[in-house]
Amino acid sequence: MENNILDQIIKPENCVFKKTRLLTDKPFHYCPGCGHGVIHRITMEVIEELGIEEQTIGVAPVGCAVMAYDYMDIDVQEAAHGRAPAVATGIKRVYPNKYVFTYQGDGDLAAIGTAETMHCCNRGENILIIFVNNGIYGMTGGQMAPTTLEGAKTATCPYGRDVSTMGYPIRITELVAQLPAVRFVTRQSVHTPAAVRKCKNAIKKAMQYQSEGKQGTCIVEVLSNCNSGWKMSPVQANKWMEENTFKYYQPGDIKDNFKLLKSPVIEQQ
Amino acid sequence: MSKVRGAVVVDNNKCKGCGLCVEACPCKVLTLSQKVNLKGYSYAYMAEPDKCTGCTNCATVCPDAVITVYRAKID
Amino acid sequence: MGELRLMKGNEALAEAAIRAGVDAYYGYPITPQSEIMEHLMAENPIKTTGMVVLQAESETASINMVYGAAAAGKKAMTSSSSPGVSLMQEGLSYIAGAELPCVVVNVVRGGPGLGTIQPSQADYFQTVKGGGHGDYKLITLAPASVQEMADFLKLAFDLAFKYRNPAMILSDGVIGQMMEKVELFDYIPRLSDEQVAENCPWATTGKKKGTQRRIITSLNLVPHLQEQFNQHLVEKYKTIQDTEVMCEQLDCEDADYIIVAYGSSARTSMKAVQMAREKGLKAGLLRPQTLWPFPIKQIQSHLSHAKGFLSVEMSAGQMVEDVRLAVNGKVPVEHYGRMGGMIASPADILQALENFKQSIN
Repeated sequence: MENNILDQIIKPENCVFKKTRLLTDKPFHYCPGCGHGVIHRITMEVIEELGIEEQTIGVAPVGCAVMAYDYMDIDVQEAAHGRAPAVATGIKRVYPNKYVFTYQGDGDLAAIGTAETMHCCNRGENILIIFVNNGIYGMTGGQMAPTTLEGAKTATCPYGRDVSTMGYPIRITELVAQLPAVRFVTRQSVHTPAAVRKCKNAIKKAMQYQSEGKQGTCIVEVLSNCNSGWKMSPVQANKWMEENTFKYYQPGDIKDNFKLLKSPVIEQQ
Repeated sequence: MSKVRGAVVVDNNKCKGCGLCVEACPCKVLTLSQKVNLKGYSYAYMAEPDKCTGCTNCATVCPDAVITVYRAKID
Repeated sequence: MGELRLMKGNEALAEAAIRAGVDAYYGYPITPQSEIMEHLMAENPIKTTGMVVLQAESETASINMVYGAAAAGKKAMTSSSSPGVSLMQEGLSYIAGAELPCVVVNVVRGGPGLGTIQPSQADYFQTVKGGGHGDYKLITLAPASVQEMADFLKLAFDLAFKYRNPAMILSDGVIGQMMEKVELFDYIPRLSDEQVAENCPWATTGKKKGTQRRIITSLNLVPHLQEQFNQHLVEKYKTIQDTEVMCEQLDCEDADYIIVAYGSSARTSMKAVQMAREKGLKAGLLRPQTLWPFPIKQIQSHLSHAKGFLSVEMSAGQMVEDVRLAVNGKVPVEHYGRMGGMIASPADILQALENFKQSIN
């Protein structure tokens, strides 16, 4: 009886959600529960929905998402560690009418690639930077990232991040928001269905801004878990993120259409 | 009386059993299986299919894009 | 006949870039090559040919901007001098690994470290023996005149695209800074986006529906596939070695002693050969125009009569090792050179040649 009902429901015409055709059939190499898969998917959904895949060129980072091009069924260039904003600049300047985006992790964007990030944003390159912040170096086995929270334990700060010797977790998104040529800055997450939908809307908005021909960099930071690196279950990791990460890295729009929406968070520790 | 019913199809062999869909499901439809797939993961399945409304929350949070969702009015 | 102008080597190269239909120049200022970007910025070619000129935040960024544009099929270039080129080695290795055509200009100054802003040829090893990590080669052209600064720019792009390989113009502070008459070639229009897509089907220009996506990467985690790729590079490099050697020879046919020199050293050596001939010393000059591929066969063709080879370079002796490999012990090979920005005079070189002759006899 129940099977009969399911047969009635599971028909192509009743499909309300399926994998975007801009993701390849290759299974993600990411750990179970990792946010990268969701962020890949919604990025590709946005490109499909906007119908811009023929004009889009992606730039992949070094880090866990180094092989993002295996999953994204669009033209992609793989950049050296941290250099994606420079590579994207190189593309966008010779193809001003194409859609160019980078996909970078926190180590790539906020440590080794800080100079490339700041100056790309300072020139207001008309590109989208998707910045995945999970507070750790996942690919190399869970070392401290520039974004690792104070006190958090990683393989290279096994007793917890000591800010007196290791520096503070960097809020690079707030930093670049200060630059006049930066158009849209937002911090999102993908830990709940509602958050995923909001994040997708932010990526879509940023991608659409590119088509307006107005110069200005867009940055969508996505808070994500690294449950393997944090040594938690995926569900636990998302809860931990909500309770801890969100306090330091507050989600929400920071700048829109060149207008700062929030003053930068500067606190005496 | 007609009723909106949903159904999800999980690509069992690509599911990594992370459990995020189970957590995200507002109707407690999904559970991780006792059986494991080819990669050794307990995959998600509809333990309570009659409760599914086809809201797509599970597919929205699925990090591996292995969930397809269907929705239909059933008489 | 093309337009005649009196120009610095750096300026001639920049002007040639505009005329060769280059799409983008990304660079960072450094002495002694800053005139390249200065000339480009002053000419503002975005308004005429549509060429992009952008001052980047570092050489690291410049070379990666070149990567991006080259991977999208465009003619992209950068220029720098020794310390800046050191900073580009990471990018060059990736560009070679991703098989991207582009041109990098190194107007060499003395090192190591900050060294000096005066001319040098001490970056030979860095250029032809690798520089960055991994097994790769840069097609390397060595101009010895302002004319060649202009002509080699175009040639370097032709070779780069012919082989999908980065090309280096290894100049030096003398050639970059000196002024000479140069005949400029006529404007070659930049390729349209459609032409680029047609010429470079491998380039990431946006995936058309129903076609395969293009991926530009130098990553391959499967050992046997990476080896296959390395083997492909080896074969490509062999073809380049077999086909693209360029060298100029002066009085070599009957020479007892042959000077091997490139760039500005070849110019002073040319005078030294003349002076030697006047004194009855049968000298010749072999000037490699391509440093890689190196003119091995051309050197070997003189082994029947030459009694020795003298490599004259502004370095502690780098190219001399390749001359030795070519000569393979058949006759003596020595090095003569000045360093630190000092330039050997023709008289110095003649003296070195006479000392070399004496040491053999």
